[in-house]
Amino acid sequence: MSDVGRVLAQLASRVNADAALVHSGRRASLAFLLEAGDRPFLIVLERGRITEVAEGPFVMRSWSFAIRAPERAWREFARPYPAPGYHDIFAMNRFGHCRIEGDTDMLLTHLPHVKAVLSRMRGEAS
Amino acid sequence: MIEPEPIIGRYLTVQVSGRGHRLYFEEAGQGCPLLCLHTAGAHSSQFRHLMCDAAVTDRFRVVAFDMPWHGKSNPPAGWQTEEYRLTSRFYVDIIMAFIDALGLERPVVMGCSMGGRVVIRLARLHGGRLGGVIGLEGSDTPEPWYDSSWTEHPSFDTGPFCSALVSGLCAPQSPPEYRAETLWHYHQGAAGVFRGDMHFFRTEESEFVDDTGTIDTDSCPVWLMTGAYDYSCTPEATRRTAARIPGAGTVIMDDLGHFPMSENPALFRGYLLPVLENILERR
Repeated sequence: MSDVGRVLAQLASRVNADAALVHSGRRASLAFLLEAGDRPFLIVLERGRITEVAEGPFVMRSWSFAIRAPERAWREFARPYPAPGYHDIFAMNRFGHCRIEGDTDMLLTHLPHVKAVLSRMRGEAS
Repeated sequence: MIEPEPIIGRYLTVQVSGRGHRLYFEEAGQGCPLLCLHTAGAHSSQFRHLMCDAAVTDRFRVVAFDMPWHGKSNPPAGWQTEEYRLTSRFYVDIIMAFIDALGLERPVVMGCSMGGRVVIRLARLHGGRLGGVIGLEGSDTPEPWYDSSWTEHPSFDTGPFCSALVSGLCAPQSPPEYRAETLWHYHQGAAGVFRGDMHFFRTEESEFVDDTGTIDTDSCPVWLMTGAYDYSCTPEATRRTAARIPGAGTVIMDDLGHFPMSENPALFRGYLLPVLENILERR
């Protein structure tokens, strides 16, 4: 399993163990795709909790938006102090390190929770 | 007894475009006036650390006001029948009206983000009346990093969304307490105010490229200071702007983001104090 796979395997326990985070995200029920290179990962949220992190390939599973980046970009993103440009999904998008595609309406509706969940890839509160 | 902070807050009303604007402002210190302009969607508390730093307040009278609609400043009477949209002209006019109202003599004007952009306009239009400008996270041209349709999304009217939109603009090295306080200001903003500021910041309203080259930095020194982690006003955008202004100084600040004065005040002062020193020497 790659670094990113290992990080994502821990994501559900990190998020779900944080009662305050789950509570603040209680209105967020959605699925989104996090693509690391050619490996797609589906992250499913129900009322703020992560109920599934699955690695593809998938057969026509549903998700609202996708964040696509090379594995090395996600590895940098997951470091405690990422290099400038890799420290936030919008920074990565701005500098071409990732592409955010699909139904961005869901991203905007649940932006605080999605960003908080992704920040747990760092294994620290922020 | 607990000794209060040295910051004093007051109100005054200025007339701009034929309307009264009741403004809240804070100040601390004595000496050369240093007028501070907050970022879009926030308020003057961003400069509270500067106002409690004796190395600054021993030589500077640090003043910061909340823009109309922001913080403790009122929107103008009749606000309920209009949509707030910040224009370049109003922004410049209200800053100059505030300078006149307090009788500030050749103030140094330091603004951040949209404040960092308007100081470039101030230097161009009113440089002879200023003691210098410092653009924090400032450039002379809009470079939107999200689609304009986003400002019409219902979430854009909520504090948590505005906070999440800008959260990544803080450097990861900044202390969590101060990052969170910086984002709290975005939780506090009234619905529609951040969007109204974007009318200035993201459109041709703040397109100043054409004549920034005519700024006279001998009479009005210009410094541009940008955090390495800022992807709204990038270090590259800052350098490009500085290259268009003969004599402008540039400082790229490692381990800082878009809100240097509030996200990591201890680190920021190390970059700022030499710039303030330079401006005093040239005064």
